[in-house]
Amino acid sequence: MMEVSASSTVSLRKFGCEQSLLSRPDGSASFVQGDTSVMAGVYGPAEVKVSKEIYDRATLEVLIQPKVGLPSVKERSQEECLRQTCEASLLLSLHPRSSLTLVLQVLHDDGSLLSCCLNAACMALMDAGLPMSCLFCGVTCGIDSEGQIVTDPTADQEKESRALMTFAIDSKERRVMMSSTKGSFSVHELQQCIAVCQRASEKIFQFYRDSVSRRYSKSL
Amino acid sequence: MAQVSCELVAPKENRPNEGIMFFNIELSPMASPAFEQGRQSELSVKLNRQLERCLRNSRCIDTESLCVVSGEKVWQIRVDVHTLNNDGNLMDAASIAAITALCHFRHPDVSIQGDEVTVYSPEERDPIPLSIYHMPISVSFSFFQQGTYLLVDPCEREERVMDGLLMIAMNKHREICSIQSSGGIMLLKAQVMRCSKIASVKVSEITELINEALLNDKKARKAGGRCGFAESMPQGRITALKMDETPVEVADATERANEIVQKAEAPPQTVPSPEVPVPGMGQVGEVRQNTWGLKEEDDEDDEEEENDGVTKMEESGGGGVVEISDSEEDEVVILTPETPEKAKNAGPGSRHKGVPASKKKLKK
Repeated sequence: MMEVSASSTVSLRKFGCEQSLLSRPDGSASFVQGDTSVMAGVYGPAEVKVSKEIYDRATLEVLIQPKVGLPSVKERSQEECLRQTCEASLLLSLHPRSSLTLVLQVLHDDGSLLSCCLNAACMALMDAGLPMSCLFCGVTCGIDSEGQIVTDPTADQEKESRALMTFAIDSKERRVMMSSTKGSFSVHELQQCIAVCQRASEKIFQFYRDSVSRRYSKSL
Repeated sequence: MAQVSCELVAPKENRPNEGIMFFNIELSPMASPAFEQGRQSELSVKLNRQLERCLRNSRCIDTESLCVVSGEKVWQIRVDVHTLNNDGNLMDAASIAAITALCHFRHPDVSIQGDEVTVYSPEERDPIPLSIYHMPISVSFSFFQQGTYLLVDPCEREERVMDGLLMIAMNKHREICSIQSSGGIMLLKAQVMRCSKIASVKVSEITELINEALLNDKKARKAGGRCGFAESMPQGRITALKMDETPVEVADATERANEIVQKAEAPPQTVPSPEVPVPGMGQVGEVRQNTWGLKEEDDEDDEEEENDGVTKMEESGGGGVVEISDSEEDEVVILTPETPEKAKNAGPGSRHKGVPASKKKLKK
């Protein structure tokens, strides 16, 4: 059984978030983790094409645009992960026969891209005022060659890691909503990483609360 | 947002000494609900063409300096412009973004020793900037009421109701790189001259701004400070918040994880797969009952029933049934509406017959 030792504290990089920075989308946010930055825009609820409409809930479309070139299979799989998470937390049945479009633009990738996308998406959905049953956040952690768990790895740390895992964690009970993993690891290591990510997600949710309370501090 | 990247490729055949420039404006669905992903709309074609004319045809970049080995390897510079928000006048914004990105761009250093070409990474040798002769920037004017009113830099609502659009691309040396008039409006010479004067004032202001920003970035990089989008986020607004590096306490996480693992079931036995019983045939997993809802004995019964059904129909159907082929694998059963019971027998039978046929093929 492979043992992973986590030091008693792991750290998250510098965070930054800006909301409502674009004028056209209904909700927009940009999220920065270290040097990784992602901008998200949400349109919705809006009219949906008849071919895509669902009679009892809204149709959610997620698009991730990479910085260079056209979207490829990698972006499609990330979009699918994101879509599953958003569909689980949004109250889609409140807007039947409507469409919700979530567009993400990668501004800079310095590691932990999927979790940055998840965080930007959640902030943009909040900014758009869409009804959600819970908030979600993304945390990436990697296991390096010595068996240390590193949260929020940079691109260099990601390259050197033996396994890389991204989890989407919900705000109500800190449960795992979505997981995307790469590399080989044991069941034991997986559980440790999940526990570490759940601890880290508390910091992120606190950050969400702080930014939203700051945003509405003048109007409330 | 503009991003410039480079790649070493073979040059075009009719220009073996010159590098290749590739421009791409992506109208992202984020910018406007009217833009669709992947759809080459009229607007996107128009913007791409205008940007190409503005930057490529004006020869603002020295493409010959991009040549590494004549006829074999040249730098291909790719400029991707992503629109983030459409509030009118995408062309001007795209041209400013593209030219600034080109000025900011550095490509890796290359050295040639005889036949060998070595490309140095940014850590080994400082990357080299592009040689740019001048910076063409486009300024757009919109006209209303047959040229009576003129607006510089129209916003989205103004664009929708304008009569015509005039785009002038100029550099700070007051040289016009490109002019385009669209919308079918007829302009007097005096109006065009006036527009070009306004454009030259605007272009010099914008060029000043760009140079200042590039200088700031250069200073920040030299001083070793951080630069990039992350740093440019405004701090003083209430819509923005930044948090420093935070440590996370995970002391009890390992214990919790251990608990969960102990409570969980033991993992199933792993079987090395695939096994190879006979050369040429592979097998993954154990040999188990076919779980597609059929059993071996039933197949024969069904086939018998089906044959009976067919013969009965032949007798009673009269001219309705035609036996198309005799082959076992290719039975065609025509269901006549007068005999609904027999049709039901034949129905499931015909569904099953497809599978045993394929199973037989597999076993061969």
